[in-house]
Amino acid sequence: MELKLSDDQRMIRESADSVLADVASSAQTRLAMTAPGAYDAAVWQRLASELGWCAIPIPEKFGGLGLGAIEQVQLFEAMGRHLLCAPYFATVALAVPLLLSLASNAAQQKWLPPIAEGRLRATAPMVADSSDEVSSTSLKLRANRHGNEWRLDGSVARLIDGASAQLLLLPASIGDNITAWFAVETAQSGLRAVEREAWDLTRRFAEIELDQVVAHRIDEPSDKTSASPAIAMARLCLAAEQLGGAQACLDMSVAYTATRKQFGRSIAGFQAIKHRCAQMMVEVEALRSTVYGTAALFSNSQTEQDCPTEAALTLALAKETYFQCAQEAIQLHGGVGFTWEYDPQLHLKRAQAGSHWMGTASVLRARLADELMV
Amino acid sequence: MNAPMNPAANLSDDAAFRSEVADWMRTHLSGRFAQLRHRGGPGDEAFEPTLRKDWERELAAGGWTCVGWPRAHGGRELSIARQVIFYEEYARAGGPGRMGHIGEGLIGPTLVKYGNAAQQARFLPAIVAGREYWAQGYSEPNAGSDLANVQTRCTRQADGSWRVTGQKIWTSLAQESDWIFVVARSEPGSKGNKGLSFLLLPLAQSGIQIRPIRQLNGGAEFNEVFFDEAIADSDALVGAPGEGWKIAMALLEIERGVSTLGQQMHFAHEFSCVIAAAKAFGCDRDPSIRDRIARAATGLRTMRYNALRMLAGDALSLGREALIYKYFWSNWHRDLGRLAMDVLGSAGDLPSDDPLIRPLQQLFFFSRADTIYGGTNEIQLNLIAERGLGMPREPRPAA
Ligand SMILES: Cc1cc2nc3c(=O)[nH]c(=O)nc-3n(C[C@H](O)[C@H](O)[C@H](O)COP(=O)(O)OP(=O)(O)OC[C@H]3O[C@@H](n4cnc5c(N)ncnc54)[C@H](O)[C@@H]3O)c2cc1C
Repeated sequence: MELKLSDDQRMIRESADSVLADVASSAQTRLAMTAPGAYDAAVWQRLASELGWCAIPIPEKFGGLGLGAIEQVQLFEAMGRHLLCAPYFATVALAVPLLLSLASNAAQQKWLPPIAEGRLRATAPMVADSSDEVSSTSLKLRANRHGNEWRLDGSVARLIDGASAQLLLLPASIGDNITAWFAVETAQSGLRAVEREAWDLTRRFAEIELDQVVAHRIDEPSDKTSASPAIAMARLCLAAEQLGGAQACLDMSVAYTATRKQFGRSIAGFQAIKHRCAQMMVEVEALRSTVYGTAALFSNSQTEQDCPTEAALTLALAKETYFQCAQEAIQLHGGVGFTWEYDPQLHLKRAQAGSHWMGTASVLRARLADELMV
Repeated sequence: MNAPMNPAANLSDDAAFRSEVADWMRTHLSGRFAQLRHRGGPGDEAFEPTLRKDWERELAAGGWTCVGWPRAHGGRELSIARQVIFYEEYARAGGPGRMGHIGEGLIGPTLVKYGNAAQQARFLPAIVAGREYWAQGYSEPNAGSDLANVQTRCTRQADGSWRVTGQKIWTSLAQESDWIFVVARSEPGSKGNKGLSFLLLPLAQSGIQIRPIRQLNGGAEFNEVFFDEAIADSDALVGAPGEGWKIAMALLEIERGVSTLGQQMHFAHEFSCVIAAAKAFGCDRDPSIRDRIARAATGLRTMRYNALRMLAGDALSLGREALIYKYFWSNWHRDLGRLAMDVLGSAGDLPSDDPLIRPLQQLFFFSRADTIYGGTNEIQLNLIAERGLGMPREPRPAA
């Protein structure tokens, strides 16, 4: 395994950065934060439809570009760095991997092409712990057959972009401790979504209630029934996004301390400040190596079985690094770091929100320890 | 288009190469060499040095020294991926700490880049063959982190040879070495990094005295080296007079980069020893120990990926990932040493020859030095901030 980006991969990285510099400045992010669904529809149209970003991980036979984890982490890293507000994470990090890993060919045929074209925004729930499977006991959703149709009842407490998505992928109990996966179109009666503003305004959550809602079973007939590869991919994407966020915190700190003068000189010249920025760079680059290395592993079919664990440990590292860098950025900005106006607070909130998604750093490490010390 | 990040096509060749190394190690690290398994290396250098030099020659006979060097200089010119495989299999087989590290990893590559043809012809074959061993004469009592403050003097004689007078300190393995490279002041009255030259001297001469210094772990792997009109011949100068700093720094970059790849492969072995000890000493259920073990495992992955990332670029120019490399591994290793000792608990209190305990005690004590030599933690952070982040440079006295 060699960790060198190809020219094409490098191009994806660079063009993502320049597009996002154009559409996701701090001012634009702050506007999007107040919009319904926390995104700018025109920007979304450009990224998803015109630039084809949603098509990246989707196989060519479903109208996608068929690219792998290496390309995906480049995009997520750029989005994290620019704090992009968009339903991209829900659609591409959560929903698409599920369709790819457990949906029947018919379901893939039905849902992947419109996602690739940027016409369909989808979402799915995240696991709350370190596991690789959604356990049916934790679900508050039941599915029942009505003739040849499935209906879903129950609720989902927290779904990223749940109120703005057009398609929900949901696991539901079909009795006897069996979990099945369903696709639910949101434009129908019986489905109620209440959008919640979190502290982290760059993303919306929704509470969903379902009352006899028509659903399409997606994991039948399919020989792959495990959500594990999808959850691993979602963990890696979140880690890449957090890497970008951590890098942004470091960049802001270096830029601010260079211009701020105290005691007659730029505070960046004080060794205490230099060393803390250097320490951040060590952590950010260590995380970058880990994210890229794990992505390379994902793209290599011969090492596929290692992916869930690698993704878990990479995410644990990303969570701690992002939080640490956001906290340091606030400290190194002094009083302005505590204001609404400066951006470190946006990262602190994102880092805090993400700290428990798909398992906290410590439960993810506990899982790794279990595997190391059988 | 460049090769993508995972050239699956080479996988079967790589696997064949891996088993070639493993087979060679199995057949050769046996008989009289068997006792060397997992021995030697920092903190254990006093173990059978003569036999370990024989082992170096055994490696050389198999073509397994200097595997990354250009073929023109006697190396194998292995790709980075292959070097990683070689070092992994070497460590997996319990290959002993390399006596030839300073020659193979530091001065050799420096001579490949900066030496003249005669120097290359004189010194490189002996390094490849495991015949000559080297010491690094940089630090002095008043030139540690501030290396530019070296006071050892060198003067050119009428016949072109050199005389060197002064003192070096902390010189690792001088007692086992044949040659030493030194940074010395060739322009009288010069200050700082100006007026320095880089010279190669034989250690066995009356003008040089070596005195061991006892280390905190009890051993004496480093030394004071005194030079009193010591002689270096007319072709001992690497580069031009006054270029000493440039060459010394290039060597340091090599020291902080690629040369530690082999050493790091040993880390995976040490990590597995910590897990084995945790089980043996009954703390493998302790949640805080388990958390620290998982952190260490993550760091091990990070270092591997970091090395691969770094080596994907030009190994001699420091990229962002290369800048953090030394700081990351040395602190990781020091933490692992502490974890090892915590895992041993009271079993670690007494010096021990138990194969489960001794290597972990060695790890604990010697890893205290990792964050000091090759640029201390603080100096590394200065470099990262200045070169990696473009922050203001430390104030320096005007030269
Ligand atoms: C085991 C071991 C083996 C060694 N082997 C060799 C060898 O083979 N050849 C060789 O030449 N040398 C060798 N060394 C020497 C090593 O390179 C030096 O010890 C190192 O460079 C530090 O110098 P010093 O010991 O003089 O410490 P000092 O420079 O005095 O440092 C003392 C403390 O001050 C800090 N400090 C110094 N300057 C600054 C600054 N500008 N900003 C912030 N903090 C600062 C340091 O980080 C350190 O914490 C070895 C050292 C050890 C421990």
